[in-house]
Amino acid sequence: MFEDVSFLASMIDLLIPGSGSGKAIMAAVLLGASCGLLGCFVVLRRVALMGDAVSHAVLPGVVAGLIYSAERSPGVIFLFAAAAGLLGACLVRLMMFSTRLKSDAALGIVLATFFAFGIMWQSRNQQDTVGVMNFLFGNIGSIDASDLRMMLVTTLILVVTMFFLRRPLLMMSFDEGFSRGLGYPVKILNGVFYFLLTFSVVVALQAVGVVLVSAMLITPAAAAYLLTDRFERMLILSVVFGVASGISGGLVSAEVNGLPTGPVIALSATLLFGIIYLLAPRHGVLSKVARTLRRGMRVRRENTLKAIYQIHEGEGFAHEEVSVLMLARKRGQTEEKVNKDCKALLSRGFIEMAEDGVSLHLSRLGWKRAMEIVRNHRLWELYLTNEADYAEDHVHEDAEKIEHILEPGIVRQLEQHLDFPELDPHGKPIPQPAHLVTQSSVVPS
Amino acid sequence: MKPADEIALETHDLTVTYHKRPVLYGIDVAVPSGSLVGIVGPNGAGKSTFIKSVMGVVPSSGGWVKVFGKPMRENLPRVGYVPQRESVDWDFPVTVMDVALMGTYGGLGLLRRPGKVEKRRASEALEKVGMLPYSNRQIGNLSGGQQQRVFLARALAQDSDLYLMDEPFVGVDAATEAAIVTLLREMRERGKTVMVVHHDLQSAGEYFDHLLLLNMRLVAFGAVKDVYTPELLQKTYGGRLTILSEVADQAAKL
Ligand SMILES: Nc1ncnc2c1ncn2[C@@H]1O[C@H](COP(=O)(O)OP(=O)(O)O)[C@@H](O)[C@H]1O
Ligand SMILES: [Mg+2]
Repeated sequence: MFEDVSFLASMIDLLIPGSGSGKAIMAAVLLGASCGLLGCFVVLRRVALMGDAVSHAVLPGVVAGLIYSAERSPGVIFLFAAAAGLLGACLVRLMMFSTRLKSDAALGIVLATFFAFGIMWQSRNQQDTVGVMNFLFGNIGSIDASDLRMMLVTTLILVVTMFFLRRPLLMMSFDEGFSRGLGYPVKILNGVFYFLLTFSVVVALQAVGVVLVSAMLITPAAAAYLLTDRFERMLILSVVFGVASGISGGLVSAEVNGLPTGPVIALSATLLFGIIYLLAPRHGVLSKVARTLRRGMRVRRENTLKAIYQIHEGEGFAHEEVSVLMLARKRGQTEEKVNKDCKALLSRGFIEMAEDGVSLHLSRLGWKRAMEIVRNHRLWELYLTNEADYAEDHVHEDAEKIEHILEPGIVRQLEQHLDFPELDPHGKPIPQPAHLVTQSSVVPS
Repeated sequence: MKPADEIALETHDLTVTYHKRPVLYGIDVAVPSGSLVGIVGPNGAGKSTFIKSVMGVVPSSGGWVKVFGKPMRENLPRVGYVPQRESVDWDFPVTVMDVALMGTYGGLGLLRRPGKVEKRRASEALEKVGMLPYSNRQIGNLSGGQQQRVFLARALAQDSDLYLMDEPFVGVDAATEAAIVTLLREMRERGKTVMVVHHDLQSAGEYFDHLLLLNMRLVAFGAVKDVYTPELLQKTYGGRLTILSEVADQAAKL
């Protein structure tokens, strides 16, 4: 038994690099991995504030460890810190359970109380707690071999537990009621989760510091969440981001004199998050803006097509051509603007311009799309007046929006439902794009 | 198989309070196995609470629940639960297949991973509700009706004998509603007992064979032809019993 333990210990010692920068990098990897993994659950369960509270709550534990461990054994400090963090988490739960306070208020009280107590206790024992700044704001350079050993063991426990329990833990985060129905020991699993959360805080403590540990829990996981809809991928990405910001922040703070590690690591995580926030393909801001812009342009094009159709309709489909000026008048917009719209339609093959450049006619494709939009509009108006009992003069606005998003399947359902109507509520004919067979631009019926 | 007169769900004096405020008073019902039960009552009547307390999701403050003659805890795998749609986080990174697979977790314990058998069961369940083509979609990228079908598939994959469903018809299109009704009847044919919270009185009379009329206390439970009467419906919907809810308010302030 003892041999096993000492064998394991020597294995662990083999893993620990000799050089200072090697140690720093290893510390960054460990904290990135443990906070990245746990952070995914923190973000998905919406307990980000709980991470913050636990990390602040460990401070009195750190102070106690520094005071009561003569040779500053990292094991003792870790133990005290973890105990204080767990005590904080328990108090939060107790307060929520015994009063009508919601979690945010309970968390705020516990966080402030523990932190204030830790600071006060520390300032009464200045000479015993010289290294406390390292724990407050983080100093990756201060991590020595025995600290690393502790971090490694803690991270191992955390990763192994997570590996085996990730499915039930995920199930619990998604649907606690259903988990109960499955017969999961919900209370125990919740306890395990808060244990692991405290562990990950403690692992990151010396590198990032009490004040900013929660940044490592939340920011990398949040970035991963914006990037993917798959949980396993989120776990991996979150660990990668955590490690990357740990290493880059650690290196920068080692290079630049006087920069504490914690803030630099937190800011590198934020930088990564910022990039993803802007550029993520589905949930990123830029792609959302681009989607909105594209949709807006499509709506403009379709409205112009519709206007052309309505001009033709107003003339009883007597003329082939429509002038840009007429179009501008119909749309209530300047000629320049309408010219731009026409260019967009031209490049997509919806219209053809006459040689003089001031009149145009719809192509076959243009006729089809224009008829579809007008049909969608009138069908929807009819549906609202007939089925939803809207007044006739209340339906136009709504149809203006809906006409652009009705899918063919829904249109077919609407037509069937309304028994293939020919006139809209205002007595205008509903066009039938399906009957558009002639090559000429003059429309049937 | 089982005797036709077996009791699927029995509650006795089931009482639930939220923060000392009673919301369900002494519910006694005995639901015969193989019936399709509509749980009907106005908003805030405690329909969701009834289901949750049967499932043990919210603790009851009195009374007991038996499922197929045994305490709920011992018969958990025989009960399937479909939650109310609003209670789900639709941004959660799980796919349609992941959710259906959750139905098979009950038999796996904490550590065993779903294997081929479980995947097949989940696929079959998805097939049955017409959602197999969407297996790899994240659940937020579905219409309301499709989302409801996914959670039905999860319940089907559980292969339970008693099902409790909270408002499966809310926010679904007419086609899905019809499909769900067909599915419920099919489940009854296979001997399942299904209890469904439903708030449209009109269709409740058609969809179900038994009705459980609820408004803080049990108004009536029985075959549709016996309890779907104007008097009983009036009693269910005709406002809260003022004294009952006043006393409840006072109890909350104690
Ligand atoms: N978690 C809760 N905490 C406190 N009160 C609740 C909670 N859930 C429901 N209630 C109250 O219990 C009553 C019954 O609610 P519910 O079972 O959801 O009704 P129904 O499903 O019939 O609409 C309501 O008055 C509601 O406000
Ligand atoms: Mg409800």
